[in-house]
Amino acid sequence: MLMNLFKFKGGVKPPSNKLQSNHLPIAQAPMPSHLVVPLHQSIGGTPQPIVQAGDHVLKGQKIGEADGWISAAVHAPTSGTVLEVGMHVRPHPSGLDSLCVVIEPDGKDEWIARTPIDHKAAAPADVFHHLQQCGIVGLGGAGFPAHGKLTPSKGVAMDELIINGAECEPFITCDDLLMRERADEVVCGIAMFRDLLQPKKVLIGIEDNKPEAIAAMRAAVDAQKEPFSVVAVPTLYPAGGAKQLIRVLTGKEVPGSMRSTADMGVQVFNVGTAYSAWRAVAHGEPLISRILTITGNVHAPRNYEVLIGTPMGELLALAQPHPDTDGILMGGPMMGFLVPNPQVPVVKTTNCLIAHDDRLFPPKAPEMPCIRCGSCAQVCPHELQPFEMYWFSRAKNFGKTQEYNIFDCIECGCCSYVCPSRIPLVQYFRFAKSEIWAREREKNAADQAKTRFEFKQYREEREKADKAEKLAKAAAAQAAKKAAEAAAAAAESSAAPAADGAIAPAVAAPADVPAATVNPEKEAKRATIEAAMARAKAQREAVQPKNTESLTPDQQKAAADIEARRVAAHLIEPEPVAPAPASEKPE
Amino acid sequence: MFAPAPFLLKDVSVSQVMIQVCVALIPGIAAYASLVGPAILVQIVIATLSALLAEAVMLKLRGKSMAMFLTDGSAIVTAWLIALTFPPLAPWWLVVTGTVFAIIVAKHLYGGLGQNPFNPAMVAFAVCIVAFPALMSQWPSVGLQLGLIEQMNIILGWAPRVDALSGATPLDAMKTALKLGEGSFDVATLLANQDIYGNFAGRGWEWVAAGYLLGGLWLWQRKLITWHVPVSFIASMTVLSGALWLYNPSQFASPLFHLLSGGAMLGAFFIATDPVSGCTTPRGKLIFGAGAGLLAYIIRVFGGYPDGVAFAVLLMNLSAPLIDLLTQPPIFGMKDKS
Repeated sequence: MLMNLFKFKGGVKPPSNKLQSNHLPIAQAPMPSHLVVPLHQSIGGTPQPIVQAGDHVLKGQKIGEADGWISAAVHAPTSGTVLEVGMHVRPHPSGLDSLCVVIEPDGKDEWIARTPIDHKAAAPADVFHHLQQCGIVGLGGAGFPAHGKLTPSKGVAMDELIINGAECEPFITCDDLLMRERADEVVCGIAMFRDLLQPKKVLIGIEDNKPEAIAAMRAAVDAQKEPFSVVAVPTLYPAGGAKQLIRVLTGKEVPGSMRSTADMGVQVFNVGTAYSAWRAVAHGEPLISRILTITGNVHAPRNYEVLIGTPMGELLALAQPHPDTDGILMGGPMMGFLVPNPQVPVVKTTNCLIAHDDRLFPPKAPEMPCIRCGSCAQVCPHELQPFEMYWFSRAKNFGKTQEYNIFDCIECGCCSYVCPSRIPLVQYFRFAKSEIWAREREKNAADQAKTRFEFKQYREEREKADKAEKLAKAAAAQAAKKAAEAAAAAAESSAAPAADGAIAPAVAAPADVPAATVNPEKEAKRATIEAAMARAKAQREAVQPKNTESLTPDQQKAAADIEARRVAAHLIEPEPVAPAPASEKPE
Repeated sequence: MFAPAPFLLKDVSVSQVMIQVCVALIPGIAAYASLVGPAILVQIVIATLSALLAEAVMLKLRGKSMAMFLTDGSAIVTAWLIALTFPPLAPWWLVVTGTVFAIIVAKHLYGGLGQNPFNPAMVAFAVCIVAFPALMSQWPSVGLQLGLIEQMNIILGWAPRVDALSGATPLDAMKTALKLGEGSFDVATLLANQDIYGNFAGRGWEWVAAGYLLGGLWLWQRKLITWHVPVSFIASMTVLSGALWLYNPSQFASPLFHLLSGGAMLGAFFIATDPVSGCTTPRGKLIFGAGAGLLAYIIRVFGGYPDGVAFAVLLMNLSAPLIDLLTQPPIFGMKDKS
């Protein structure tokens, strides 16, 4: 089938190193001594362990429950005993621990009851649930739960479903062998994805350095009479990057900042994902094993079907590494990383183990200054200016790195590959990105703290205001009550002497004195004030002799004597009118 | 053991880049040597040695690794460009002064390799032509045939600088004749003098320019330079000189004359393409090359100096950061949005 292909800018052609491992069929790896199954193997929530040490588990039994929608279950890769649910080093450059279920195989490899699902008869939601429960995640690298990507995007019609068999990283051949040997089931999986997503077109992209895989896939597509196009794409790293493959096959450019390609009506799945999804649907098999290339500095490079959780060191031994091997590289040489130690387990996204030595991967020459040759910009598949981002990352001017779109960088490593100054550019960009993230986290934390503090202040002020208001209200109520009492009292006292005179004008006023100066309100007010003054006066008078109130007659007499003597001795004036001497005034 | 991805690296290095630039200069140097004799090779040796010495001293003073930077070849490229742009029989100390100034001031005082805002070789040329205008304008007369020993004696100052040494380049001769003649000379009559002007632009000089063109094309084929700068440099010089030539062919020489004389080809392929001091974006490179070509023509035809490439490149170096800033290309997926 002839098809118009598009090009993406940039890209590099490193030596492919695929021939070492792609000439032998996939072999079954032997049962390892123990399995360390990390619970967090996909993007999204970390599955919760549902087994304990000492439990007996069957092959395919769920041991980790999906945590939320974007998460996928984890299963026991074989039957045996759970030795431990604890922290172990995970296959990540950080070397950090994560929660793992350690299983000792019993050698019986006894399956749990498997329940296939008829995806055509079942509701899509049930199929998604089934895939999630079977732990199906993207096997191409990122490990995004497959059901999440199969859920149709709202409002955007699905134009193309793209199946990624490009496998552009050097050394890796696991997808190549999968397509050669299991093309039928891969195509069944693709057909199921097609049924769920209803795209207008299905395109299967395979780099043209894999003619056997292309032929096998074409044969399987023809045999199943599916209208899928198997397209040979030019071999150019990173043609297997999702956004690059979309560009090559459809001409669409999905911006780096756009998180879901479905927003542009296109969705990409790895061939391995299609295969395991089909195994899950048609056979009820959860994702407990995968195909893995073991290559590099080894005597017998080959692809193996391995159980998830197998320690990498045990696998590497199968390929007989040369004695000068000094590390294990997980993934390809362009984007992979050296694992912290050989005990780390294979996870769902482990596609390749490469025995590392200095002959295959010579130590890097020392970093020279950038000479702005622009080679990095010429090979960048996202058309960034890596050397500009490098200057600003180096200067820790992270705002500028963002102006130069550092977050569109997919860390493919093309820039570092071609740099004549041997600058580890990707490393600088990772550093800048993590610094920016850290600062954003700090800023968010600070913002939250500030919000909390401001709210606390606001709350305290509000409480203070409330209290003051309450007090004021209480005081006002008290005053009003007293005023009312006083007014009543005043009215009573004034009513007695002029009982008939006061009432008569009030009655007569509307009749013959229309402009009478008697204002009842004012009168009441005046009476209140007078009453208050009278009351205050009475209070003062009542208060003055307070400390002599409850004295015995003897004491009163003694006090009177003392008073008399004081007056006699002119110690105190009977009338305290004399001003204090000037000298006693405070300066 | 910590090593970041990628683990595979292309077999490239700064010194490989610089060596290839030197290799690309060889055809031009060969043509030049056949024109003026072995003196140019002597000047190249003098410039190279003084550049390496100045580089070593500066690296030592700055506490940088000698093994890493002395072998990177960047000082050698600078030295060769200086030797090729200075008069071939200039006294040794002139070349040494220019080279040492380029390495110490134009390169290391700005931060060394990769940090210099100006092309060091062009800084050397500009400084020397301002400080020693007479010596920088004395080119061996046409037909002066001297052996290696005689040329060495002149360069080293052991022989008197005779009149035959104070000729002008064909480009300079043409300008002077047209200016002094005040209309009495026309280009066609001048060009008829095959002894000076050869077939197009200067006897022998045409071959030197062709040599640089050949080397430049090889650099392009090796992907060490892109097409943008040379093409826009040549195009802008052609358009401007062509327009004036069509306007008044008796007073303005043809584009071919201008492209094949002076430092036009060397400038277009080897000097304006210097990545450190030039533009980096594709559109920026086009502007940079076009600007350098226009300015070089204007300075060499209307200005007081024999050629304008050095000042043109320096002026464009000055504007390169701004041009780069304003010509950032749209990135993947954002093309219709910007």
